[in-house]
Amino acid sequence: MRVKFLILVGITIILFALNIFIGSVDIPSRAVWQVLTGEISDGPIRYIVLSSRLPQAITAILAGAALTVAGLLLQTAFRNPLAGPSVLGITSGGSLGVALVVLFFGGSVSAAGYSWDGYMAILMGAFLGSVGIMFLLLLFSVWLKNDMLLLIVGILVGYFTSSIITLLNFVSTAEGVQGYMMWGMGNFNGVSMQQLPLFGSFVGVGLIFAILMIKPLNVILLGENYAQNLGMNMHRVRNMLLLSTGILTAVVTAYCGPVAFIGLAVPHIVRMIFRTANHSVIIPGCIVTGAAVGLLCCLLCVVPRDMVWPLNGVTPLIGVPVIMYVILKGRGRR
Amino acid sequence: MIEIKDLTTGYLHPDYKEITLNLTAELRGGEMVALLGPNGAGKSTLLRTLSGFQKPLRGKIIIEGDDISELGSKRLSHLVGIVLTERTMLENMSVEDLVALGRTPFTNFFGRLSKHDYEVVSKAISMVGIEDMRGRMVDSLSDGERQKAMIAKALAQETPVIFLDEPIAFLDFPSKVEILRLLHRLAKEEGKIIFMSTHDLELALQLADRIWLLDRQMGVTIGTREELNQSGAIVQYFSRPGIEFDSSIGFFRINS
Repeated sequence: MRVKFLILVGITIILFALNIFIGSVDIPSRAVWQVLTGEISDGPIRYIVLSSRLPQAITAILAGAALTVAGLLLQTAFRNPLAGPSVLGITSGGSLGVALVVLFFGGSVSAAGYSWDGYMAILMGAFLGSVGIMFLLLLFSVWLKNDMLLLIVGILVGYFTSSIITLLNFVSTAEGVQGYMMWGMGNFNGVSMQQLPLFGSFVGVGLIFAILMIKPLNVILLGENYAQNLGMNMHRVRNMLLLSTGILTAVVTAYCGPVAFIGLAVPHIVRMIFRTANHSVIIPGCIVTGAAVGLLCCLLCVVPRDMVWPLNGVTPLIGVPVIMYVILKGRGRR
Repeated sequence: MIEIKDLTTGYLHPDYKEITLNLTAELRGGEMVALLGPNGAGKSTLLRTLSGFQKPLRGKIIIEGDDISELGSKRLSHLVGIVLTERTMLENMSVEDLVALGRTPFTNFFGRLSKHDYEVVSKAISMVGIEDMRGRMVDSLSDGERQKAMIAKALAQETPVIFLDEPIAFLDFPSKVEILRLLHRLAKEEGKIIFMSTHDLELALQLADRIWLLDRQMGVTIGTREELNQSGAIVQYFSRPGIEFDSSIGFFRINS
């Protein structure tokens, strides 16, 4: 187990380095190295490496870890392997919140391009949207005993919020729509070095909440009745889950757009690697693996060199095969 | 000991509905007691109420001297362990990890097991006779083996009471007998109160120490097999046109 962790951390470090050395602009490795050692102390190369690639790589780590842990919490809470922030419409809830803020208050999108007030408004929009949908799902989960139905409700809620966003777009200005479209494709390059501390703190808080819930998460694997019998206060566990998934999804959606598939697929990769359901192993595993996958996606975006592919064009390439495998493997189990 | 005093079970929502009325009874340690009755008689509601999952409409349930409506879920988790019919989907979880979850009420904030916890888990596993499966994944077990693991989980919880809601419903015949024998032995050896609902009337009559017959109209009748036989209660509760209970052999006969 320790060896697996070390290997994952190693992979993450290598991917991090690759993200610093490889980007859409061709810079010789030597020059990048000179920037890192301080031999190049100003100029465009230094700017690209330290103000573009470095914050982007850190954002990819934070966002990847946050989305993966959010996906894990949802899969455990709803006891459904196909749950995830984007599948259940929680990301679209966040999008709706952001759309309301942006399309009504105008201007360029993403928390990155905003003054402090606008920035908080977008964050709040994303948070209220995400948590609102999460709350709705938890309400439905009390009524609907069938997990599959709940998933379908989640997907429908996602469609519903998308539809409102479409209508909002229709009445918005051209710039608003274009800005929103770009934001909707997802990106890890919208967070500047100055904004990273705040972004990192939010992600940190969400992850700490998740770590504090290791024991209840393990117990609710058995289902609500067994968990309650083992002394769990299900109300409190639900609220904590609501809060932590809401924070993690909202903050990533606010800064990086609605990033698809990472939250859904990566927890499965982690389970395949560690072969356990114990969250005291799985949560750290999700943090490291999520970071690595975030970095990998970031790297794949710059494959075409002279331009950057949108993030949501890349994440399904990794996510879909994993989900297909999970569905095929689970075939006939129920 | 469990004292049930003038208990009425049922639901407040969405419509007020009383199910079992004014039940007064006792359950004692060392006995395996089977709760029998047709579908809709209120077996699950009674078990859910006794387990603290739903509030009684009236009356009291006193377990080891404590009224359970005044206990928090923490304290209750030290008194009552449960085993349910539902086939819980558990992937990537070993039998040992499952049984260890029974230690939840005793473990620290992060759920870390102490040396003592591991000893209790091992003991629970050997009490139900699944030592050779402790490393296996739960989703590779047969239904009977899985229920044994669930019983071991309840044993690891070290509660004086274990409630089981139709624990043998989906098992094949030999597994049913095996599980009932196991429960009977555990009640005897560990002095626990083991109270289970089941539809397997003939097996329960042979293996349970005491039977509770439950029906919406007739209420509850409690007794040993002999007592219920002699009073004709079994016939009363279960005979339908075309089905006769032969009290001399303890089996039903179907008239063609």
